[in-house]
Amino acid sequence: MSSATVTSRATGTTETTGPGGAGQATSGRAVSTLTLSRALGAGLRRAMSDDEKVVLLGEDIGRLGGVYRVTDGLQEQFGRHRVVDTPLAESGIVGTAIGMAFRGFRPVVEIQFDGFVYVTFDQIVSQLARMHARTAGRVPMPVTIRIPVGGGIGAAEHHSESPEAYFAHTAGLRVVSVADPQDACTVLRQAIACDDPVIFFEPKRRYHVKGEVDEAIELDAALPMDAARVLRTGTDVTLVTWGGLVGTALDAASAAADEGVSIEVVDLRSLSPIDHATVAASVRRTGRLVVTHEAARTCGLGAEIAATVTERCFEHLEAAPLRVTGHDVPYPPARLEQHHLPDLDRILDGVDRVLGRGGVATR
Amino acid sequence: MTVTDAPPSDGVARLLDADGTRHAAPDHDRWLEDLDEAALRGLYEDMVVVRRIDAEATALQRQGELALWPPLLGQEAAQIGSGRALRPDDFVFSSYREHAVAYCRGVELVDLVRVWRGIAACGWDPTAVRMASPQVIIGAQALHATGYAMGVLTEAVNASGADDPDGPDLDVAVAYLGDGAMSQGDVNESFVFAATYQAPVVFFCQNNQWAISEPVDLQSRVPLVDRSAGFGIPGVRVDGNDVLAVLAVTREALDRARTGGGPTFVEAVTYRRGPHTTADDPTRYRDAAEVEAWARRDPVDRFAAYLRGAGVLDDDEESRVQEAADRAAAAVRAGCTALRDPDPLTVFDHVHAQEHAGLAAQRAEYAQYLDGFVDDDVTEGQS
Repeated sequence: MSSATVTSRATGTTETTGPGGAGQATSGRAVSTLTLSRALGAGLRRAMSDDEKVVLLGEDIGRLGGVYRVTDGLQEQFGRHRVVDTPLAESGIVGTAIGMAFRGFRPVVEIQFDGFVYVTFDQIVSQLARMHARTAGRVPMPVTIRIPVGGGIGAAEHHSESPEAYFAHTAGLRVVSVADPQDACTVLRQAIACDDPVIFFEPKRRYHVKGEVDEAIELDAALPMDAARVLRTGTDVTLVTWGGLVGTALDAASAAADEGVSIEVVDLRSLSPIDHATVAASVRRTGRLVVTHEAARTCGLGAEIAATVTERCFEHLEAAPLRVTGHDVPYPPARLEQHHLPDLDRILDGVDRVLGRGGVATR
Repeated sequence: MTVTDAPPSDGVARLLDADGTRHAAPDHDRWLEDLDEAALRGLYEDMVVVRRIDAEATALQRQGELALWPPLLGQEAAQIGSGRALRPDDFVFSSYREHAVAYCRGVELVDLVRVWRGIAACGWDPTAVRMASPQVIIGAQALHATGYAMGVLTEAVNASGADDPDGPDLDVAVAYLGDGAMSQGDVNESFVFAATYQAPVVFFCQNNQWAISEPVDLQSRVPLVDRSAGFGIPGVRVDGNDVLAVLAVTREALDRARTGGGPTFVEAVTYRRGPHTTADDPTRYRDAAEVEAWARRDPVDRFAAYLRGAGVLDDDEESRVQEAADRAAAAVRAGCTALRDPDPLTVFDHVHAQEHAGLAAQRAEYAQYLDGFVDDDVTEGQS
């Protein structure tokens, strides 16, 4: 067949492919500049429009539009039975979402702040994560749990946590962390479309970052939800991070370049499963690994990544993998959080150390 | 047939006294008007059969064929009376002792013991019998039932376009829980959600007096039924050893939910005459006299006395029922002992609905490891 006319299922528009030529969509795709929080809202709106089984549950998500306004306008558009303001009971929110999934719904839950997720730990790890396995595949749990995550915003206690390791450690869950508006919109739509439960982390300090967003990207054509991506290529050190520290890592790479050090930045995106292949391929090129995350070091994901890189790339490593992380302390008061969170200087210090330059910490 | 007009004086809905005396109680009797002799005999057979299955399962555990069994002895009326009130399209979210409810839902007999043999996390297809897998975390299922009911309501609203659809005929979710579960946060949260959204859910609490070794007065200083009023949920206390009363109050609760009246809490007062599970020794925490007192209120004997007095049950019928019970027990035994252990690699099955790269790699790694033993047949199921 030398040419064909196909109808795009997503847009309903017609496009023509000629011999040797890629199809050119004739529909006007709305690409707009949105903050990350608005991009999430756009993703939710799209998912709800595409599938009437998508319902939202959470505290203050309806009339208020969410404390970060992610769900702004959605209750007006879809009604209070699809955008449900719930009682203040996180276990109740997740537990009832599980029940709705039993009925065939595709619930999207908002946990208002990261520190509030612990009170629903059982419903997530003992119920949601296991229901598909428990029922031998008869009852899927397509539930997405959105969690504003991480620090750097000067917040009160329980509003700056990084609980990703608990969930990445739990069989049955998928865990993702987005870092920019386009990815936020697309990955959220992918998470909602996924038949597995997904823990979806939204970095609070990036909510106001703006970027170009195409809300109607074909999900099958987009980068899969479980793939890492190399955001900046480099030759000396692989720097792996996700979520709120992606911007910091890119800044660190720019600063290092000024000093002649070439850093390859990997945005992990998916924390379960971890795209070890992309990380390992990068480390085989650079020979050095630095992982940075906000969460405490001990049993953090940095340990998993460092261990796997050591197993897979041992003969390629020029230096031991190194972690730049939050300390093993309760999240500190706001005026001290800069001493807890990895920042540009601490990341570059780690880079210096894997390069054998003896960073500040070893002097 | 003995009928008295004296209403129960203890605030408990009761139609049959312990000796089988039948009370007339118009508020409850109106839910039983369709019960003919065949239906009454059916309820009796159900109770006798599930008691026999329960005894057989306990025996299978003692003989090493089951790893564990939580007996339901004493709770037959509570479970059969409520289970037979349900419609096929209702959905049950139960705890782990509701074998008789599962029987009412049409679960295959052998499927009742799969979990307890240690070969499955759920013995049946929840979507086929409309009953979720037995819940082990105390009270967690109450939220699942409530969410299911919220979904039913959402569907009705979406279908009708009105916030409060007229004349609904809703599917109902039923949460089975115990007296111990009444202390759980999840149960209390489920009451909040159910009341807020007026979800079509019935909370059926079997107060069997004991949560392993802890008596119900350790869970509550007030009758459990009194809790529901604080949540804005109507509550009813029923004699859980009276199958007719249980059937009547459950039907009424289901009807309220089905027609848009919201949730109901039912406290069925009964007694767990056996151990918590076959691993428990109840002589360490309760008196034989108490157990004996509850044996005198036996739900099966009580119903049999009533049926005999009413001319519905005679020796021939009793023999027929006992034979049916023995056949069911034999089917459980034969099915149980024929069950083989699953293939080792099935532990990786269904963890995710869509392939998870990390787990797929682990599965391949373990399969390769097992292949190294192929001559030794370690991959064969043991039984």
